[in-house]
Amino acid sequence: MSKKGEKIRNILVPIIAVLLGFIIGGLIMAGFGHDPIVGYRRMFETVFLNPQTKTINPKNIGEIFVSAGPLIFTALGFSVANSAGFFNIGLSGQALCGWVASIWVALAMPEAPKAVVLPLAILVGMICGAIAAAIPGILRAFFGTSEVIVTIMMNYILLYTSTHIVNNVMSESYMQNKGVTKVIGANGSLRANFLTQISNGSRLNMGIFLALIFLVLVWFLMKKTTLGFEIRSVGLNPFASEYAGMSSKRTIIVSMVISGALAGLGGVVQGLGTFQNFFVQGSSLSIGFDGMAVSLLGGGSSVGILLSALLFSILKLGGQGMQFAGIPSELVDVDIAIIIFFVAISFVIRFLLAKLFAGKKEVAVVEEIEKKPVNQGDEGGTL
Amino acid sequence: MDMNLIASIVTQTLVYAAPLILTALGGVFSERSGIVNVGLEGIMVMGAFSAIVFNIEMADQLGAWTPWIAVLVGGGIGLIFSLMHAVATINFRADHIISGTVMNLMAPSLAIFLVKSMYGKGQTDNIKEIFGYDTFPVLKDIPVIGKIFFTDTSLPAYVAILIAVLAWFIIFKTRFGLRLRSVGEHPQAADTLGINVYAMRYAGVLISGFLGGMGGALFAQSTSGRFAITTIAGQGFISMAAMIFGKWNPLGAMGAALFFGFAQNISIAGGKIPLISSIPAVYLQSAPYVLTILVLVLFLGKASGPKANGTNYIKSK
Repeated sequence: MSKKGEKIRNILVPIIAVLLGFIIGGLIMAGFGHDPIVGYRRMFETVFLNPQTKTINPKNIGEIFVSAGPLIFTALGFSVANSAGFFNIGLSGQALCGWVASIWVALAMPEAPKAVVLPLAILVGMICGAIAAAIPGILRAFFGTSEVIVTIMMNYILLYTSTHIVNNVMSESYMQNKGVTKVIGANGSLRANFLTQISNGSRLNMGIFLALIFLVLVWFLMKKTTLGFEIRSVGLNPFASEYAGMSSKRTIIVSMVISGALAGLGGVVQGLGTFQNFFVQGSSLSIGFDGMAVSLLGGGSSVGILLSALLFSILKLGGQGMQFAGIPSELVDVDIAIIIFFVAISFVIRFLLAKLFAGKKEVAVVEEIEKKPVNQGDEGGTL
Repeated sequence: MDMNLIASIVTQTLVYAAPLILTALGGVFSERSGIVNVGLEGIMVMGAFSAIVFNIEMADQLGAWTPWIAVLVGGGIGLIFSLMHAVATINFRADHIISGTVMNLMAPSLAIFLVKSMYGKGQTDNIKEIFGYDTFPVLKDIPVIGKIFFTDTSLPAYVAILIAVLAWFIIFKTRFGLRLRSVGEHPQAADTLGINVYAMRYAGVLISGFLGGMGGALFAQSTSGRFAITTIAGQGFISMAAMIFGKWNPLGAMGAALFFGFAQNISIAGGKIPLISSIPAVYLQSAPYVLTILVLVLFLGKASGPKANGTNYIKSK
């Protein structure tokens, strides 16, 4: 009974968090003289309806999947590392590596056939993301350095490095303008004619299908393989895992490498699918932190990640529509932050749910679960 | 190199370092109490935003005092903003990193939302009263040093250094500081001795919000002169780096912040300096971050920072 209760609460928490996010976002809108009902209606209309004809708009629905693709990848990346007990805050930097590297490969091979260029560009992007994440993983495993701090610092190092590469290292012939590369050829692109056609000329590309495949792959890896079991056990209790004969050092590094590879793929989809080129970034890629948010809201599960990636894509796209109603689109990012805030304090939500609907026994269950030692953010590390 | 060049490098270093010093000190207070604060960046954004708005609205009434008062306003808003982190981590048992990240996600969007709601555009106008350069009356007459350090220099930087010394005194020489540190090292033991763990942690986080907000306000009013989405771009994280580089010690954090301020200044204005202009900007821009990683790996290793940093304290009944 108590286990079932906790399961129901775990499903309710993200739903309540989303609702509270919308409500508080609405209050903020109202507080600054906007009409929240109009705002939210505009938001959903923009996403699903054609502004002129008021019929379903395949282009915008295509765009939802365009932005969901990279988010699913970065969210998966975060969840794999998180299962092993690590906070990979470096998703933005790792995705950036994937983006730059994949575009670079595609630009360097304008003549080669698609069957060579596309897989190669994807693979190189993935490897670059993996390398970027391997560094904090190795430092954590051998020196006990906090991966949180190293990944935060590396986000900036990689950001400046990407700018440097585009401005000073890449061949002049790849550049469109200063800081903007040329558009890649069709042989490196994830776009496909039939996808563009069915979605009425959106940027819809194979990226979302790649993301769906990896959703299944990662689920399989984590739940059905020895490696996945090791990663999860190290996350639950590194000492017990070590005692049971698992190498926690190896697991730390492997989980970070997988995490970075997935984030790198997020960047690849962003590059080869969404934008088709690279342009100098002024700040960390938003798919990094948004992916983290997606993963947290989805509770790290495959279905959860898929649903929250779609939700966040709808919010982001709809935010642009709110602007037509005079409401700054930044409100949706505030909404997202509020949602994650409530996910972060899920203890309170679960506690209240138990108290209001289930009685003393369930309250005790919530308390008990919360008491378990979690190795969260232990700076400097314990292993 | 001539004297004027040296004097200008020193002054600009101080200008860039002052916000970093204040924010890094904020980080020290929070983490000494055991609450990891990766939200310093977000706090700085709110401080910068509120100070710029205050400056624009009040400059006519307050005149030359505006930026100074605006720094305090920024601190106040930073304090209120950090309350979110305090409640989440101290009472509601949220993960410190997630809660801090929420602040970083929320602050820029919220600030730009408010700017657009108030002014109808994505960035504010330039402020009228900006932090200028001051000359110290007597000290300026000291040969060499007077010219480099005390003529046309940044007064806020000296205030920040003074605050750093004060922070060191508070943390290491007062009862409050001892309690703050004990709560960050071993909250159970502190609780047994009758120290109110929650109150101390609130104090730590709120002080960090105040100092971080001041830092953001100072930066916006001394370098950018307006608020836009790009105004605070990584300064909060550099401050966090300075705090770690300074081993959670206020004076160490101050020293690191001065050094990082130098690196930032050089990466922006290095073109004028003969030797440095030949170094690609990427090295100087990444220097603070690379150095922090190196320091963590080489010198700090495992036992770094307060012991109970990042753990939630659940009072037993």
